[in-house]
Amino acid sequence: MSAETAQNARRSGGASLFTDQRFRSLFYQALVVGLLGAFIVFIVFNTAQNIEKRGIQTGFDFLSAPAGYDIAISPFIEYTAQHSHGRVFLVGLFNTLLVSALGIIAATILGVFLGVLRLSPNWLVSRVVYCYVEMTRNVPLLLQILLWYAIFLGLPSVKQSMSFFNDTFFLNQRGLILPEPLPSDGFMWVPIALIIGLVASFIFAKWAHKTQDATGKIYPVFLINTAMILGLPILAFAAMGFPLDFAYAELKGFNFKGGMTIKPEFTALWFALSLYTAAFISETVRAGIQSVSHGQTEASEALGLRPSWTMRLVVLPQALRVIIPPMTSQYLNLTKNSSLAVAIGYPDIVQSFGGVTLNQTGQAIEVIFITMLVYLTISLVISSFMNWYNNRVRLVER
Amino acid sequence: MKFGKVLFVAAAAASVMTAAAQAGTLEDVKARGELQCGVATPLPGFANPNADNVWEGLDVDVCRAVAAAVFGDPMKVKITPTTSKERFTVLQSGEIDMLARNTTWTFSRDVNLGFEFVGVNYYDGQGFLVNKSLGVTSATELDGASVCVQTGTTTELNLADYFRAQGMKYETVPIATAEEGAKVYDEGRCDVYTTDASGLYSLRSVLAVPADQVVLPEIISKEPLGPLVRHGDQQWGDIARWTLNTMIIAEELGVTSANIDEMTSSNNPEILRLLGVEGNMGEQLGLDSKWAYNVIKTVGNYGESFKTNLTDTLNIERGINAQWKDGGLLYAPPMR
Amino acid sequence: MSLTEQQYAPGEHPDLPAPLGEAGLIAWFKKRLFSSIGNTILTIITLYFLYDVLSTVIFWTLTGATFVGETKADCTLGGACWLVIGDRFHQFMYGLYPKTEYWRPNLTFVLMILAIIPVLFDKIPHRGKFLLFSTLFPFIAFFLLSGGLGMETVDSSDWGGLLLTLVLGVTGIVASFPIGIVLALGRRSNMPIVRTLCVCFIEFVRGVPLITILFMASNMLPLFLPEGVNFDKLLRALIGVALFSSAYMAEVIRGGLQAIPKGQFEGADAMGLSYWQSMRLIILPQALRIVIPGIVNTFIGLYKDTTLVSIIGLFDLIGIGQVAVADVKWRGLAPETYVFIALLFFISCFSMSRYSLWLENKLHTGHKR
Repeated sequence: MSAETAQNARRSGGASLFTDQRFRSLFYQALVVGLLGAFIVFIVFNTAQNIEKRGIQTGFDFLSAPAGYDIAISPFIEYTAQHSHGRVFLVGLFNTLLVSALGIIAATILGVFLGVLRLSPNWLVSRVVYCYVEMTRNVPLLLQILLWYAIFLGLPSVKQSMSFFNDTFFLNQRGLILPEPLPSDGFMWVPIALIIGLVASFIFAKWAHKTQDATGKIYPVFLINTAMILGLPILAFAAMGFPLDFAYAELKGFNFKGGMTIKPEFTALWFALSLYTAAFISETVRAGIQSVSHGQTEASEALGLRPSWTMRLVVLPQALRVIIPPMTSQYLNLTKNSSLAVAIGYPDIVQSFGGVTLNQTGQAIEVIFITMLVYLTISLVISSFMNWYNNRVRLVER
Repeated sequence: MKFGKVLFVAAAAASVMTAAAQAGTLEDVKARGELQCGVATPLPGFANPNADNVWEGLDVDVCRAVAAAVFGDPMKVKITPTTSKERFTVLQSGEIDMLARNTTWTFSRDVNLGFEFVGVNYYDGQGFLVNKSLGVTSATELDGASVCVQTGTTTELNLADYFRAQGMKYETVPIATAEEGAKVYDEGRCDVYTTDASGLYSLRSVLAVPADQVVLPEIISKEPLGPLVRHGDQQWGDIARWTLNTMIIAEELGVTSANIDEMTSSNNPEILRLLGVEGNMGEQLGLDSKWAYNVIKTVGNYGESFKTNLTDTLNIERGINAQWKDGGLLYAPPMR
Repeated sequence: MSLTEQQYAPGEHPDLPAPLGEAGLIAWFKKRLFSSIGNTILTIITLYFLYDVLSTVIFWTLTGATFVGETKADCTLGGACWLVIGDRFHQFMYGLYPKTEYWRPNLTFVLMILAIIPVLFDKIPHRGKFLLFSTLFPFIAFFLLSGGLGMETVDSSDWGGLLLTLVLGVTGIVASFPIGIVLALGRRSNMPIVRTLCVCFIEFVRGVPLITILFMASNMLPLFLPEGVNFDKLLRALIGVALFSSAYMAEVIRGGLQAIPKGQFEGADAMGLSYWQSMRLIILPQALRIVIPGIVNTFIGLYKDTTLVSIIGLFDLIGIGQVAVADVKWRGLAPETYVFIALLFFISCFSMSRYSLWLENKLHTGHKR
C-alpha cells in the first residue's frame, strides 16, 4: 500500500478498518493466536487419541514408583534400586549440576590462562596455544568425550593400580580412589571458623576500601584476608586436636573397598567439557584484552602504575565488560553440553531420568518435558546471575 | 528466502507422508512395493550392514523372509534401524510394518502396548560373562564386582533384582551400545558383563582372547526374542507368524535352499503342502502358492540362517535354540 | 659514512640497516623466544613438550601405523590400524547408499559448492543468476539424492556418513534461515503477542540441549501426528535440527537488525514504504550482509552438533563409525575410527572458520572510518 492511498483512506474517515494500524495489529495478533491455538488443539487431540489407542500411561504417578535399577554415581544423595523415579530425577539433576559447576570453574581458569598465554610475547607458546585452541574448537564435543573415555579406560586395571603416597591414593581404569575423611567430635568448629573468617574478611575488605577512598592509605587486603580465611579454620582444627580420621581404601575381592572413588565416566566428561569450553573462553578472553585500547595501558604507565596494577586496575576491568556476555553463553553451552553424558554412561539427568526412566516407564512426554524444564531453569538462573554480574561491572555513565 | 520453507513442505509431501494401515497391512505393503521392517541399530549377528551396504543377521533374515513371502524377492525390504527407546513408537505409528529387533516377548508388550508377537526366533536368557583369571565359577560369588550393563533394557532391572535377592553389592557401569560394551569390558573397566546369553557369546567372540572368557552357569531371566506386528490386523500377523514357522519347519523337514527344487518331488505330503505343490495355503494367507518356496529358496531355513549369521561369525552354539527333536525349544505348529 | 652524513637535508637521510641484534632471524629468535630467562625456560619446556607429543602422534598415525593389509591381524606395527577406514571408506562417505549410484551424491556435492559460491563471494559476475540457481539447489539436491523420475529411488534410511552429516547441516541451516528471519522480525515487532511468542520460542529452544530436542523429535513427534501420518526418521531429526538452529539463527539475524542505524528505518518509513517493503528493500539486505560471518559460525556449530543424531540411531559419521567397529572383523578399532572422523570434522570446520574470519575482516574494513 502506498503512502497516498493510506492517507486518502485515513482522511475519508476510515473507509476500511484495515487501514487503521492499531486494528491491523490486533487482527494479525488474533490471527497468530488463533492459528497457534488451532495447532495446539490439533496436537493435543492427536496425542490424546494416540495415547489412548496405544495404552500409554499418563500422569506423574511414575515419579513415586520404584525405579528398580541402580545408578553408579550418586555422591551426595542416597540411592538404591528400591528408590523411586522421583529420586532418580534428583540424583540425575544433582549429577548434572555437579559436572556443570566443576566444568565451569575448570573451564574458566584454564580458559583465562590459555587466553593470556595466547597473547604471550613468546612466539612458540602463543603458536602452540593457537594450535591447541583450533584443534579443540573444530572437533565435535561428542567425539572428544568418547576419546577421553577411551584414554581413561587405557589406565592400568584394578590389580595393577598405580598407588601414591604410601598406598593411600590409587589410580586405575575404574577411577581415582581417595581416602575418605571421617570427621569426629569437634570437627564442626572448623567450618564455623571458616564462616567467621569469610565474614570477617568481607567486612575488612569493605572497611579497607572505604579507608583508602577517604585517606589514600592502602592495606594489604589480599594477604590479610587469605590469612583469615585459611588461618582461622586451621587454628580451630589444631585447637580441637585434629579431629579427623581417614578411611583408606583396600583392594578386596574385585574392587577397592572403603575410600572415595572418582569414576572415569565423570572425569572423562568433566575433562572434555572443560577443555572444549576453555578453548572458546580463551578466545573470548583474548578478544576482551585486545579490545582495551593500548592507549589505556600507556596512560596508566605514564601515571606510574606498576605493570601488575595496570593489568588489574586498568585493563582487566575494561576487558571484563567485553568478556562477560559471551562468557555467559559459554557457561550455558557447557551446562547444556553436559547432556552428552548419555554417550558414556555418566548418570546425569538425560542419561538416568531422560534415558533409562523414559525407557522403563514409556512416558516420553512427561519425562522429556521435565528434563527440558530442568535445563530451562538452569539456563535462566545462570543467565540472570551473569546479567546481575554484568550490570555490576558495566560502564557507569555519569 | 522462501525456498527453505518450500523445500520443507516438498520434502514432507514428496517422500514420507504415507497414509498407512487403515485397510490391511498386506495391501499397503503390496501397493508400496516394499516391506518396511525395523531392526536393531548395529547388533552383530542379528542386524548389521556389511561392507557392501547389505544388512545381514538373524533378525534381518526374518524381514527378508516376509518380503520373499509377499513379493518373492527378499531384497524388497526397507530396513529401518531403531533404538530401544523408539522401537515401539515407530511400529505403533505405522512407520514400519513389522519389528524384528531382538525384542523380549512380555505380557505388557503383548497386551498393554497393543502388539502381537508372532513367535520366537531366538530363545535367550540373561547371563554373566567373566574372565577366567578371576576364578569365579558361579554368579553368587560376584559380591562387590563392577558390572557392565546395557541401559534402557529389562537387563538392568533383572540385574538389580538378582543382586538384591542374593544380598550382594555391585557397581553398575552403564553401557550405551554393544560396541561400546565390548571395548569397555575388554579394557577391564568392569569384572562382569551381563546381557542376554546370545549377546554374551557374540561379545566373547570379539574380545582379545575369547578363550579366557567364561559364561557363568546362572541364567537369571527368560528372554524369548521374537518379531512383532501391530495388534488388530490378523491377516498380516498370520503372514509374519507362518513365515517364521516356515523357516523352522523347513529345517525340521530337511528342506534347505540348496535341495528345495529336488524336494518338490518329495513323497512327504507335508513338504508338498509347504512348498505349494499341494493344497492352497498361500491362497488362504492372501499370498501366491509358492510363498513358502520363495522364503526357503531365497533366505534359507532357520538352521541355515542361524549358521551363517551366528555360528560362523560369532561361534554361537544352537543350545536351547535347537529343534525340539534335538532337545531344543524350537517347536513350530504343524503345517496342515 | 659519518663524514658524508652532513650532506643530507634534514629528513632525507636514507634508511640505515638496523643493528644486527635488532633485525633478521637472530634478532627474531632473541626477541620472540629468548628475551629473558623466564621466557627461555618457557621456550625450552614448550619445545620438550612438543617433541614428546609430536613423536607419539607421528608414531601412532604414520610411522607405526598399518596402511596395507586385509584384516586386523595384519596390523602388527603397534600404531594405528587404518585398514578399517580403507575397508569402509565408502560407508564413511555415503553410508549405505547404493554403490552404483555414487555419482548422485558426488554430483550433488559439486552442485552444492557451485550453489554456495555466489552466496559467499559477492564479487562474481552475474551473481543474480547464480543466486537463482542457489535458490533452486535444495530441490535439485533432494531430487538427485532421493531419486524418482526414472532414477532409482534411495530411501533416506540408506543415507549416511559424511553425506548425511552434510544433509543435516545444510538442510538445518537452509530451513532455519527463513524461520530465523521471521522469528527475528517477530522479536522486534511492535505487536506484544507476536513478540512474546517469538521470545518464548527462541529462549525455550536456546535454553535446552539439542539432545532433548532430538529425543522429542524421535519419541514424541509420532504421538503428535494424526493416525496414519508418519514422518520417517531422517525427517524427524531434520525437523528437530531445523527448529533448534532457527532459534540461534534468529538471534544472529536480530544482531544484524540491531546494527542497522535507526535512520534507515525512519528513512524507509519516510519513503512511505510498507513494513514488508521496507524490510525487503532497505533493512534486510543490509542486516543480512553483516550477519554472514555469524551465519557461518552458526553453521559450524550446527555441523558439529549433527553428530548427536548418532545417539538417536541415525548413521551419521559417528553412527557409521560404530557400524564399522561393530563388524567382527574390525572390533577394537574405535580410536582409529574416531580419529579419522575428528580429522574430517577438523578440516571442514577449520576452513569454514578461516573463511568466516576473513569475511569479518573484510566487512570490518568496509565500516572503518
